[in-house]
Amino acid sequence: MARPQKSLGWHPVTETRVGIRGTNIVVLGVEKKSVAKLQDERTVRKICALDDHVCMAFAGLTADARVVINRARVECQSHKLTVEDPVTVEYITRFIATLKQKYTQSNGRRPFGISALIVGFDDDGIPRLYQTDPSGTYHAWKANAIGRSAKTVREFLEKNYTEDAIANDNEAIKLAIRALLEVVQSGGKNIELAIIRRNQPLKMFSAKEIEFQVTEIEKEKEEAEKKKTKKNI
Amino acid sequence: MALQDVCKWQAPDTKELSLCLPPAGSWAVPRGCDPQTFLQTQGPSLAHGTTTLAFRFRHGVIAAADTRSSCGNYVACPASLKIIPVHRHLLGTTSGTSADCATWYRVLQRELRLWALREGHLPSVASAAKLLSAMMSRYRGLDLCVATALCGWDRSGPALFYVYSDGTCLQGNIFSVGSGSPYAYGVLDRSYHYDMSIQEAYALACCAVARATHRDAYSGGSVDLFHVRESGWEYVSRSDVCTLYTELQELPEPDQELKAEDQELEAEAEASQTHLEPATPPRAGESGELFLGPREETPEDSRMPAETETP
Repeated sequence: MARPQKSLGWHPVTETRVGIRGTNIVVLGVEKKSVAKLQDERTVRKICALDDHVCMAFAGLTADARVVINRARVECQSHKLTVEDPVTVEYITRFIATLKQKYTQSNGRRPFGISALIVGFDDDGIPRLYQTDPSGTYHAWKANAIGRSAKTVREFLEKNYTEDAIANDNEAIKLAIRALLEVVQSGGKNIELAIIRRNQPLKMFSAKEIEFQVTEIEKEKEEAEKKKTKKNI
Repeated sequence: MALQDVCKWQAPDTKELSLCLPPAGSWAVPRGCDPQTFLQTQGPSLAHGTTTLAFRFRHGVIAAADTRSSCGNYVACPASLKIIPVHRHLLGTTSGTSADCATWYRVLQRELRLWALREGHLPSVASAAKLLSAMMSRYRGLDLCVATALCGWDRSGPALFYVYSDGTCLQGNIFSVGSGSPYAYGVLDRSYHYDMSIQEAYALACCAVARATHRDAYSGGSVDLFHVRESGWEYVSRSDVCTLYTELQELPEPDQELKAEDQELEAEAEASQTHLEPATPPRAGESGELFLGPREETPEDSRMPAETETP
């Protein structure tokens, strides 16, 4: 079975992705490597909507991701056509996972070289986060990270994902950004963020909004530091 | 993928609705013959006439049907069951060709069961209706005749869909299907309102079918009454139409003295229906009729008749 070979120049995009499932919101954050000077930033999109209520972020080969995302988008609409209901997040995750698995068990093909974080809300209003990997397995998560330094981020999340942390939407967003800031160099301008609130479509954060959140986080950090030093005194 | 293209190998499409019936166009028919013309000229005259109705209201969905299966002028079965359960929360009233209805309902049952196993929950009534109409529309032009109302209770509450074999799939509050449907519609449109009580709904359904069987030659026998509630479907009663009709005739006329409660009920009934007919005189005995509950509940009737009753 052919594997993507680094020597051939297939450098997988393995920047960190983080996904968080809040009470009324789901958040996807991605690390954005600084682009070359002459490259147009807007053509590089890491967070993709699969339907109005589901979106995904991937880590791995961008070209493979394009194929998978396209198939998933078509499946979302076919499902609506055949059964009148929008897909559940679990259904589309299972579809993507089954697709990936097929390619691990066929002749003449190689597996898709991507891991994906799929988030969204079901019809019953429950938020969901799933992760798939190239083998075709999928699991539900409360919060997870994929890509480079996923382990560090996951450890951070394990320490900091509490009921309070996700109690309101803003806190969940901050948690995602804080998790990314653990591993991202040079702060806010290397982060891309998207959220879905219940019954609302996908919202991509603009650079300004991210900066705003980052400044707030830094303020909170400073205040926490001050409190600590006061205690120590 | 390159190898696949070279070999022109097609992945088996497992996502398509799995039908173990021959695809459209490959039914075994005499060579050089168009199935539709064949059936029209040489085939048996298939069972068609019926009165079925279904309506949704606050407390669920009522489905009622007569029990006469006719084949032209011959009554093939006077006690057939035209309402087929699909699963705990879904029923279908059947009309058209009995054989087609029976077959397609079995296919629908299978598809819904597979869906439930894969997804972990049953699909909504809208999904079931869509699935059925999509499956049947592939056989369009081959003289399939299935006119059915799917009655169910799903996450969105009571749901009612009309599906026809040419692919029509309509949502509505009242549907009546079959040769007796115009007569049934007349009765239903007069007295239906969403906030009826359960007893009123039972009475209305039985009344509509009984009156339709009185006028339509191809409907008769008994009235089967089903009720789909939140907890599932329930077989309410099977009442003989002749007895029902006689009882309906015996109810008091409005110019006779009504009891005090009947007068109140009439006022209520009028008030709820004034938006329909503002200028007419008081309704003829409707309020009295509305309390015709299920009468014929003999021990055999309250049991669900065995599947062998299905024509």
